[in-house]
Amino acid sequence: MSSRTNISCLQEAKRVAIFGGTHGNEMSGITLVNMWIQNSAEIERNGLVVKPFISNPRAVEKCTRYIDTDLNRAFTPENLSAPDVEGLPYEVQRAKEINRMFGPKGSSDAYDAIFDLHNTTSNMGSTLILESSTDLFNLQMVHYIKKAMVPHTCSVLLNEHPQLKYSTTRSVAKHPIGLEVGPQPQGVLRSNVFESMRTILKHALDFIELFNSGVEFPPCTVDVFRVQERMDYPRDTNGNITAMVHPHLQDCDWEPLNRGDPMFLTFDGRTVLYEGANTVYPTFINEAAYYEKQQAFMTTCREILAAYAIRKACK
Amino acid sequence: EEPVVAMPTVSRVAVCGGTHGNELAGIYLVREMLKKRADGTEPVSVVTVMSNPRAAQLCVRYVETDLNRCFTRAALSAPVSETSPYEMIRSQELNALLGPKASAQAVDLLCDLHNTTANTGLCLITYSDRDWICLHICKHLQFPYMLDICYAKAYLCPTSVSISMEIGPQPHGVVRSVIFSAMQEGVQLMMDWICQFNSGTLFEGGWVDVYTMVKNIDYPRDSETHVITAAVHPNLQDRDFCLLHPGDPMFLCFSGETLRYRGKEALYPFFINEGAYYEKGVALSLARKRRVQIPSQHTLGLLDY
Repeated sequence: MSSRTNISCLQEAKRVAIFGGTHGNEMSGITLVNMWIQNSAEIERNGLVVKPFISNPRAVEKCTRYIDTDLNRAFTPENLSAPDVEGLPYEVQRAKEINRMFGPKGSSDAYDAIFDLHNTTSNMGSTLILESSTDLFNLQMVHYIKKAMVPHTCSVLLNEHPQLKYSTTRSVAKHPIGLEVGPQPQGVLRSNVFESMRTILKHALDFIELFNSGVEFPPCTVDVFRVQERMDYPRDTNGNITAMVHPHLQDCDWEPLNRGDPMFLTFDGRTVLYEGANTVYPTFINEAAYYEKQQAFMTTCREILAAYAIRKACK
Repeated sequence: EEPVVAMPTVSRVAVCGGTHGNELAGIYLVREMLKKRADGTEPVSVVTVMSNPRAAQLCVRYVETDLNRCFTRAALSAPVSETSPYEMIRSQELNALLGPKASAQAVDLLCDLHNTTANTGLCLITYSDRDWICLHICKHLQFPYMLDICYAKAYLCPTSVSISMEIGPQPHGVVRSVIFSAMQEGVQLMMDWICQFNSGTLFEGGWVDVYTMVKNIDYPRDSETHVITAAVHPNLQDRDFCLLHPGDPMFLCFSGETLRYRGKEALYPFFINEGAYYEKGVALSLARKRRVQIPSQHTLGLLDY
C-alpha cells in the first residue's frame, strides 16, 4: 500500500535581509552589502523584497570585529529587553535597534529570512550555519544550494548545542542562515572567497523565488556536522596559550580527528595528542577571533537530517 | 683576486617582536626567548624586546599610530608628553634602549620580526644597499627573498645593521605553527652566523638576488567614495615574487572586468594583498631583481670600533 508523501505547507518568505559587517573586519560580506546598497539589481527577485544591511557600521568604519562587545553574541533575551539607558554597550544598543527593524525576535512580524555574511581565518571553505535541525525551509534551501554548487562543496554546520549555541544577529528572523567562508585573514578581501559568497547568495535567493512561486521541493536529506564541544588551547596559569594548533591539524577542517592524532604543538616542540574516545570532525580550526573566546577549534559529529517535502501554503 | 672585507664583530644584537601587536609569530617567539635566562656564557649578547607591548596586549597592529613609521629623525627628536600618541613615546624609548640611532652605543644588529597576510615566504628586508652582513645572513639562511627598501628610513632601525624578518602568509591575530617554526629557525640561523662570524670564520663571497622596491600599486577605487572596486585577481593572489608581465591580470572588478598590468617593464610583485596596507592605499608593491655580488667577509677580531 503506497502512502501519500507528507508535504509541509509553509508561509511564503516575502521579507528577506542580507547582513554584512556583523563583524567589522570580515570583508566579503561588507563589500557585497555595500555594493548591493549602491546597486541592488543582482539581488532582486520576483515575489520578495531583499534588503542589504550593514549590521555593525561603527565596527566596519574601524575595520575591527566589534566596538564594545561581539554583536553576534548580543541578541540575548536580556539584552533585547534592556531599557534604553545611557551607557549601554554600543552593540547592545545596536541589537535592540536591529530587533526593532527586523524582528521582534520570535514574533510573527519578524523578517522571514536573514542571511548573515561572515568570514573566518579557518580553512572551512564555504559553510552554511543552521541553528535548528527541524527548520524545513532552511533544510530544503541548504539542500538546494549544495546541489546548485556542485562540483564545489559546501559544508553545513548545525549549532543546536544547548550551551554552545549563541544568540546571533540573524536569530531575529524566522529562518536564520549563517554564511561562513574561509580561509580569509581579517581585514583582507580575497577574490575567490568574495565570489564564492556571492554565488551562494545567488542560489539562496533563487530558491526563495522558486518557493514563493509555488514550486514544490521533494523530500530530501542533508549531511550536516553537529557541534559537540569547544576545545581550548593549552594555557599557563596566566591564561597565555602555551601551544599552537599542530601542523597536522592546521587547515584540516571537516577531516576526521581520531584518538591519538596530533592536536597541538607546544612552543618548545612537544606534541599534544587528541585523547577523545570517538572520531570527531573539527572545524573553526585556528580562527583568529576565538583566541579570546578560549577556542582553538570545535568538534562536530556527522549526522544526516531528513526534511519533508515543502511548498508554499495556499491562502 | 676577490676582495675580502673585514668588519667589526657583531657583539650586541637586538631581537624585536610585536612592533605590530597582531603579528603573532614574533610576539610568541620573543615571549619564549624572554623566558630563557641569560647565564653570561652566550657568545653574543642578545637583547630581546617586545616593541609595542600595549598593541600586543590588545592584539592590534597599533594603538594610536603605526610604530614602524615612528623612527624618522623628526619623530625621534620631537618633544613628547603624556598626551603624545603612545607609539611616538615608545619609539623614543626604544631608540634610547637600543640606540640612539647611528651612535656608538647602538646595538650592532637589530632584527625586527614581522608577519604578513601576503604569501611572501621568508623574506629579509634591509634598509641599505651596501649591507654586507645582511646579505651574508641571507645567504646563510639559504636564500629567503631579500628585499631592499632603501627609501624606508622611518622603520624601526636605530642601529647600524638592521634586518626585518618578514614571514607570510599568516592572518593577523593568528599564530600558525609552521610560520612560528620558520621564524624560530630563521632567528637561530642568524644567531649561528653571527657567532661564527664573531669567532673569526671567513664567509665566502658569492651572489645574492636582491629585490629593490620600485613602486606601490593601489586598488582601483570609486572616484567619489574612494571605496575599492576590485579585488586582487585570482591569477595574481599568492604569487609574490613571481614575475608580473605587461598584460598579466592584476585586479578582478566586482563588475566582472579584469584589469591588467599596464607597466612597460616586467617586475616582481610582493606584499600582494597585505591586510594592513588597505588603509595605506597599497594593493601590492613591485620590485626589480638584481644580482648583488657579496665579498668574502670575516671579522677584524674582538677589537671594537
